[in-house]
Formats: sequence, structure tokens, C-alpha cells
Amino acid sequence: MQFGIFSVGDITPDPTTGRTPTEGERIQAMIAIALKAEEVGLDVFAAGEHHNPPFMTSSPTTMLGYIAAQTERLILSTATTLITTNDPVKIAEDYAMLQHLAGGRVDLMMGRGNTGPVYPWFGKDIRDGIALAVENYALLHRLWRETNVDWEGRFRTPLQSFTSTPRPLDGPPPFVWHGSIRSPEIAEQAAFYGDGFFHNNIFWPMRHTKQMVGIYRERFEFYGHGGADQAIVGLGGQVFMRDNSQDAVREFRPYFDVAPVYGHGPSLEDFTAQTPLTVGSPQQVIERYAAMREHVGDYQRQLFLMDHAGLPLATVLDQIEILGAEVVPVLRKELARDRPAPVPDAPTHAMLKADQTSRQNVFTANGGERP
Amino acid sequence: MTTRSLVIVSAGLSEPSSTRRLADRLTAATTAALRDLDGRVTTEVIELRAHAHDLTDHLLTGFAGESLQQAKDAIAAADGVIAVTPIFSASYSGLFKTFFDVLDDGAIEGTPVLMGATAGTARHSLALEHALRPLFSYLKAVVAPSAVFAASEDWGADGLGARIDRAGRGFAALVAAHEPTHAADPFADPTPFAQLLRSG
Repeated sequence: MQFGIFSVGDITPDPTTGRTPTEGERIQAMIAIALKAEEVGLDVFAAGEHHNPPFMTSSPTTMLGYIAAQTERLILSTATTLITTNDPVKIAEDYAMLQHLAGGRVDLMMGRGNTGPVYPWFGKDIRDGIALAVENYALLHRLWRETNVDWEGRFRTPLQSFTSTPRPLDGPPPFVWHGSIRSPEIAEQAAFYGDGFFHNNIFWPMRHTKQMVGIYRERFEFYGHGGADQAIVGLGGQVFMRDNSQDAVREFRPYFDVAPVYGHGPSLEDFTAQTPLTVGSPQQVIERYAAMREHVGDYQRQLFLMDHAGLPLATVLDQIEILGAEVVPVLRKELARDRPAPVPDAPTHAMLKADQTSRQNVFTANGGERP
Repeated sequence: MTTRSLVIVSAGLSEPSSTRRLADRLTAATTAALRDLDGRVTTEVIELRAHAHDLTDHLLTGFAGESLQQAKDAIAAADGVIAVTPIFSASYSGLFKTFFDVLDDGAIEGTPVLMGATAGTARHSLALEHALRPLFSYLKAVVAPSAVFAASEDWGADGLGARIDRAGRGFAALVAAHEPTHAADPFADPTPFAQLLRSG
């Protein structure tokens, strides 16, 4: 089971002081958050991708490469990589390069993006969102596995004898998750390839998450990648903790009340009841997140959104400390308990490399016949 | 005997409201006519006032709270919808529109709808035709030709009862003839990936 942090990279004023961090401060803050994640023993740091203010995460591989150079264990990921508006050729190149530089500590989460104008800004049409995600990923998937690719599609210039460089480190491409909140087509896509499926449920009720994960698991089995319980599932989460739960509520409420996305809407109490947001003691967070698998089955990756709504960096780092010291070690134990044997871990580079080697050995043993 | 489910949406704000009163009269007329035609009727009233906060939250968060979700499920499963709103500023009320704004795509596609509206003066009566009817046409509902408008003065005059009965009978015939067609459930029946690839 992997635990980590994902950050949208929004620049939001701190509502308690009215102060807005500069882009430079926010970029450095995100680096500090990633380094803290490794320091406290978390497994993953994932950066969002946006191409409009108030966000600053337009160039994820630059940022993740910088973090890779300063970390040793942390898996660097995205939340999400825009498979619709980025050129799949450039994604293949950028992330293979990052994979080399990070020694394999890289995976990606594909997403369509939720900002309408980004499509026309990048020469695309939002009405083609699903079709773009399907076609672009089909190309990306080939570019990482084949050389001299001939390809023709609807959305980009055809390719003749194109080889994307660098080739994936040691052979296996970065593992891919597909993120979608509402589109069963994307769960279907993840299932078809045997890739991971991430439901970013932080603003959604569990009944919806359960439905999306359910369809992915069912189709994963349908496409022959293993049992439904062997599908690779990730969930989002959102927490704010203090030793005394009342202190957590008191400190977080001014941020909650005016936060982007849900601010000025439901009360903190209603929203915490309806979504995974948990504001309280570390023990309350443990109980809430230890129970997630009762709804979606045993899963592989839990990411937390910690640095939004204008929370100051010092508070965010403090929260990640609590997460790493008091919450995640207990959750690791809780979720390992009664975990059925067939439930796999989230694929890492080492696992994919070993898997490839064992398949190669079977290939050689069969005298060159593919098993 | 066939059992038909009617869902009644009332956007009246006061309690009791003349909007709810009109909705109840339309329901009674429809129910009586349906029983004369072919069968049993169940009715469920959605008072939008009770969902006002949930509707605003839905606009802001993108998902429905538990009781609003039940209302959305009920209307999507209905064999017929009676929708009644007060007329504010020459159109349906904002609360009424918000409810129809948050329905899922196709929720009332093909569903027979009987429209009703109330206002302080008869000069608003055509709002039914220039505001409500296009809304339901856009949602691809089957809108009954006769709608009922009740101004304050109508409640003390002859004629309203007869108009309600006529609208109820016409609507009942639509509901009775209606073959339930519910929107395909993408979760129960996902588009196979090969088809997604081809449609690219």
C-alpha cells in the first residue's frame, strides 16, 4: 500500500491573513512539501498540471526532475497529466527522460483536465475529450513499447518510422494510472490496458466512488488481467488534524468556508459527512481511511491533498509530519491486516522490471516462442 | 392493471402555497383520469423548498446530498411528471430552474410532463408557453399540450376546475400511452473499449 501527497498547485490567498503567496514562493513551497513527504516516510508525491492562473504547475517534469535530484525513495507522479491537450509524443519523451533521471521512481496519472478553455488554447475541442484521451493514450502506449512506429490518427500529424527517445529505463515504461471522476469510459480504458484507476473522490460522496471503482474492477477482470480484486486502485483524500479534534475544526474552518471548489457551499460538518474530508484528531483520520476499503475493496494507493485553500506552508508541513508520524504507520498496519493474498501492490519500476525479466526468461526457455 | 408513478414537483415557497394547491389539483385530476383509463397510480411530491439549500450546494460542489439524490432518482424513474412553479419576473422561479439544471442528462427524456404555473395576475399566463415549454422541450420531455395557469383571481372564479380536469385527462392519456424509456445506464452497460477506439 502506497501513501502520498498530491498537489493541485493553486495559488490561493490565506483567508486568515489576506496574503497571497507569489508564484516563486508557491513553487518553492511545493518542492518543500515533496521533500517533507519523503522525510516523513511517505511513498508518493504527485503534481497537478494546469495552464492558467491561479495555478503554477504548467511544467510538471521540470518540477519533478528537480525533486527527483533531491530525493532517494519518493515515487514522483502526476495528478494529472493532460492526455487530451498534450502531444502524446512529447509525453512519451518527457516522462521517459524523467524516468531515467529519477532511477525509475516515476509513474503518471492521465486525466482529461477540467478547464474548458485549455482545449482551444492547445488547439483542441473539448467535445473530443474522451476521443482525445483514447487516441492519444493508444499512441503513447505504443511509443513506449515499440520502435519505428508508423501511426495515423484523427488528432495529430501521422508518424512514419518514429522512435521516441530515450527508451524507457530498463525496458518497462512508467506505470500509468487513469484518473476520472465521472466518466465510465475512462474506467473502461484503464481496465482494457490493465493500468491503474485513480478515483479522485475528494469532493465526491462514497456512493459515486464505489460505482466508478466497481465498473473498473469488473472490466479489469473482463479483459483478462486478473481477478477484480487484483485491479490497481487509487483514491484521493483530504484531512486536517490536531491532537484535539475541536482545535482542528476551529483552525481549518476559515479555510474551508472560502476554499476553492466547495467554499460558500455546504457546512464543514455536512461536507465531511458526505466526502472523504476528515477534520479532527489523527485517530479520527485513521478510522475514516482504514474503512475506505470496505467500500471499494483493498486498494493500492492513497493520496492526500494537504496544501490547498491557502493554508500556509508551515501548517502544511506540520500536517504532513502528523500524517507521516501518527497516521500512515497505523494505516499501513491496519490495511495489511486481512488483506487477501491475491491483492497486489501498486506496480513499481523494480516490480515491472522483474516481471519483464521473468517473461523474457520464459520466452528464451520456449526457444523464442512467446508464451 | 398497470401501476404508473407520478412525480409532482412544486416550487411554491410559502406554506401552504397556491402553487402546491394547483399541483395537488392537477395530481387529483390526473390520478382520477388514469384510474378511469387503466390502472393504479402512485404519487410522490417533491417540494423544492425543502431542497433549496441542497440545490445551492449541488451547484457549488457538483453532487447531490442524500435527500436531493432521492428526489433526482424519483423523477428519473417517473412515468409522468407534474411540474408547477410560481412565475417570478416573467419566468419560472430560480429554485424551479435550479432543480431541472441539476438533473442528469436524459433524466426526463421521453417522460410526459404536465406544466402548471401560478402568479398574482393573469398577465403572466404566457410564461408557461415562452419559458416552461422550451425548457422541457430542451430536456426532450413529452410536454402535454394543455398546461394550467392559475392567477390569484382564478381561485375565486369559474373555469379553473374545468381547465384542471381537461389538462388532467389529456395528461393521463399521455401517461397511459407512454412506454417507459429510461436513459441507458453507462455504469451498468459500459461502452466496450474497442468501440471507443473506433469512434476516435
